[in-house]
Amino acid sequence: MKPSPSTLANITNALARHRVLSVAIALMILPFVMPYEALAINILVFGLFAMGFNLLFGYMGMLSFGHGAFLGMGGYLTGISMVHFSLPWGVAILIGVLGAALGGLVMGFLAIRTRGIYFSMVTLALGQIIYYIFYKAESLTGGENGLRGVKVEAFSVFGFTVDFLNPVTKYYFIFLFVLAAIWFISRILNSPLGAVMEAIRENEKRAAACGFNVARTKLLVFILSAGICGLAGSLRALHLSIVPIDSLHYLQSGQAVMMSILGGMGTFFGPFIGAAVMLYLEDVITSFTTHWMLVVGLIFMFFVLFFPQGIWGSILHKLPLSKNSK
Amino acid sequence: MTGLTLDLLCMQMLTGIALGSIYALLALGLCLIFGMLTVVNFAHGAFFMVGAFLGVFFLGLTGNFWFSLLLVPLITGVMGLFTERFLVRPMYGRGIDYPLLLTFGLSYVLIELTRIIFGIEGMPSITPAGLTGSVNVGFGYFPKYRLFLILATAVIILCIWLFIQKTRYGLIIKAGSRDQEILKVLGVDIAKVWLIVFAVGTAIAGLSGILASPTRSVNPEMGIPILAESFVVTVVGGMGSPVGAVVAGLLVGIVYSMTSLFAPELAELSIFVLMAVVLIIRPQGLFGKAGLMG
Amino acid sequence: MSRKLTNQQRRKILIGGATVASSPFWFNIAKAQSAPIKIGFPTPLTGPFSAEAQDQARAADLAIKEFNEAGGFNGRKAELLVRDDKLNPGEAATRTLELIEKDKVDYVVGSLSAATQLSINAVCKERKVIFNSISQSDAINEVKDWSIYTFHEALNPTMTAGAVARYAIPRFGKKIVFLTADYAYGHEMVRAFERAGKKMGATTLADIRHPLGAADYSAFLPRIKALNPDILVLCNFGRDLVNSAKQCTDFGLKNSMKIVTPVLLYTARQAGGPEAFEGIMGGTSYYWGLEDRIPSAKIFNDRFRKAYGGAVPSDYGALGYSGIRSILQAIKNAKSTDTPKVITALEQLKYDWYKGPEYYRKCDHQAVQSVILIDSKSKNMNDKYDVFNILQIDPISEENMRSCAELGFKV
Repeated sequence: MKPSPSTLANITNALARHRVLSVAIALMILPFVMPYEALAINILVFGLFAMGFNLLFGYMGMLSFGHGAFLGMGGYLTGISMVHFSLPWGVAILIGVLGAALGGLVMGFLAIRTRGIYFSMVTLALGQIIYYIFYKAESLTGGENGLRGVKVEAFSVFGFTVDFLNPVTKYYFIFLFVLAAIWFISRILNSPLGAVMEAIRENEKRAAACGFNVARTKLLVFILSAGICGLAGSLRALHLSIVPIDSLHYLQSGQAVMMSILGGMGTFFGPFIGAAVMLYLEDVITSFTTHWMLVVGLIFMFFVLFFPQGIWGSILHKLPLSKNSK
Repeated sequence: MTGLTLDLLCMQMLTGIALGSIYALLALGLCLIFGMLTVVNFAHGAFFMVGAFLGVFFLGLTGNFWFSLLLVPLITGVMGLFTERFLVRPMYGRGIDYPLLLTFGLSYVLIELTRIIFGIEGMPSITPAGLTGSVNVGFGYFPKYRLFLILATAVIILCIWLFIQKTRYGLIIKAGSRDQEILKVLGVDIAKVWLIVFAVGTAIAGLSGILASPTRSVNPEMGIPILAESFVVTVVGGMGSPVGAVVAGLLVGIVYSMTSLFAPELAELSIFVLMAVVLIIRPQGLFGKAGLMG
Repeated sequence: MSRKLTNQQRRKILIGGATVASSPFWFNIAKAQSAPIKIGFPTPLTGPFSAEAQDQARAADLAIKEFNEAGGFNGRKAELLVRDDKLNPGEAATRTLELIEKDKVDYVVGSLSAATQLSINAVCKERKVIFNSISQSDAINEVKDWSIYTFHEALNPTMTAGAVARYAIPRFGKKIVFLTADYAYGHEMVRAFERAGKKMGATTLADIRHPLGAADYSAFLPRIKALNPDILVLCNFGRDLVNSAKQCTDFGLKNSMKIVTPVLLYTARQAGGPEAFEGIMGGTSYYWGLEDRIPSAKIFNDRFRKAYGGAVPSDYGALGYSGIRSILQAIKNAKSTDTPKVITALEQLKYDWYKGPEYYRKCDHQAVQSVILIDSKSKNMNDKYDVFNILQIDPISEENMRSCAELGFKV
């Protein structure tokens, strides 16, 4: 029995209005859908990374190839706080996020002055410079060996024991942080800032003519985007117990781009879907063939050619949605 | 620093020029594609790699370097034809990001196909007979092949310059990179021009690959760092400027070489710093036009 | 042929895993007598070292088969779960988590780089799973990364570079220049070479660091030539070694200095060809040519040839065999699969699987073994496998390793 179109429209509209809640529900059942929890946690981490990146790319139209630097900075600063300075994980996460945001301030300030393809190039170059700095600071970061030993001791909260060695517990712990960040992104997009962002993306000159401070908005979004990617990096460090150096490389930034495109760049949840699909596919494909790069490349090209709106973008397009939701 | 003699500096300079020649040629190909089609070819490094593999393959098969030198760019050029016609052309009008992303995906595919066809190990590259050994250049012994490399790229770049400046087709290309609308109005089949220019660009990439193959190990990943370096050169020179590509290519090669002399572990970092500095102070590069793609 | 083996295995594992994974909640019943002994094997099946990695998987599979054909342990057979870590520490950590949490492996063997083995080790030691690493690293012996669950089957830079230094310096001279890949492993090789060289009065003229994965070494070579050393030590690995050897040849460096390298990798020599490697000597953990003088090598080689169509095991491939076989033997000796008992059995194990006698040192679980000194063969090669001459075997000795105190262990 097919639901009537109006029922479908009602459901989808309700989901879209309460998008954070919908996302929360979807993510809560994720570990049971995925073959193993570590993959589900990776999806959380990279989904957040892609969403943070998408603030700048999908919503502002600025293609950055340096965002891996923020994923890495968040991870390293959190890891270093815990390994070398024995700080508690809460403080360490905070340091990771703030450090990455600070990095965003510096990189953004330098990069904002350029536009279009030059913006992409300068973020690539600056990202690579940050990569080398962390690479050379071997005594703190471990250099090419990466930073090891990021360990979260088991603790109790409200009588409930959180032990990271239990994969399901670890998932929900990280899920809480990711959900908070997603809620934060939703608030930003619904705020006046969000409206300005969209105005700038549509027509920068007109937005400036209307009196909005374009440069300051760009910088602000850059910083927020960096902080969110930094959080993703911090959580990744706690998840894997290590921070790999290639988090900072431009190829990692390239992954964020691919995930956003795959999922749907201008949409709220699209990048997350893109991350989930890409990571899941990679995992499955790797078990069957060593030529996963070929398959991923072909799928990506297919989407760029025929579904530029991405998976989620195309689905949204087809669904009967009211005008104000995405 | 002990032992820093004028001879050593000259030697280092010459090494830098040899390195820069490859960069210059690669960047020239990238620049032609960007100038005419406003497409950033993220698969440029992959075409370079394919050129190197094909070069070693045909050299091993026929034993004739000159024949391979002619054949390889033809093959990569034809590959470029197909790429433009079926992959890049549908992307026009969608904004600059899409062809970039498409070619990014293409590079993944090319790398993996090369692994499948030629194996994961890579192939031992062969220096063509007659160009092996070193020769006394006055301040030291320099490998003969690298001298050939400098001369060959100079000749090729000269030919390309002559083509652009002196032929009718070259005129069309120059005009097209300024204003495509007028060109269309004048009745030029713009689609055919795009096709040819893209193919020429990838042919140049393949040619750089086979020329570079005797100087480095030939493996499927060799195009990845080359791509980043090509971008550095293109940015420093100016994204639409052929002159900029050549000058910047040599400049980057020399910077890398001289930094290796004094602080070798900073060599790779130094070219990214150069890139960042140029972008921040003079975003259009040394020879680019201000406001291009602004 | 051997590739198909691994793929089939993996498919089997995936299908099996899929059926169990469809019930998301793992039941924790006591292991039945017939439940297999599972050993996880993360290794870079894709990427620049895939040739070595596939050889490792093949050799490991050989050890598993031998164990099973001999009856296994208490009726239980061993099972190898190969996973691709893509030479990426983040991926290696994820795979290890998958192996431990989802596949419930009992032990882990693997890795092909310093970074990935440290990453796998970090995950394993937290979950109290034995990890036997089969690639080089000095860092993994140090107290910061080590745990009682950490075993190191492969050589470390201290042993290999030291052996090469002790061979080369008395023969070729005392003025040394290093061309070093700028990462921890490269620095470890330099440090180890200098440590051995200092005792013989060698001096370091320069330590020239090149970016890891550099394609063009021409920028570094004029300076090296100008320094005029007796010995040039190439402290890099794999592709970097091929590239630098080739370009040193092009620039005519071999006319005025001897070129040595701490790890003269079998696949690197095959990829680079006889001309690039002519005159270059170095160290290795294993070369099939040992079979002329070591009986266990002949037995191992013949088994490998029989299983894989006449191919011989490479240096890193042999480590795959040894890493697995040690654990399986320890299980038999301990008469148990309990991790603490297996650790004790490993610590007491004396073995000779393929290259002569070996044992694990107690403080850091480093496999104490010989280093084979080889040089490249450029003429009269019988077949594609005949690429090295064995110059000397540096005998097994704890003196050539860093002491437990040096590594940070309290004695």
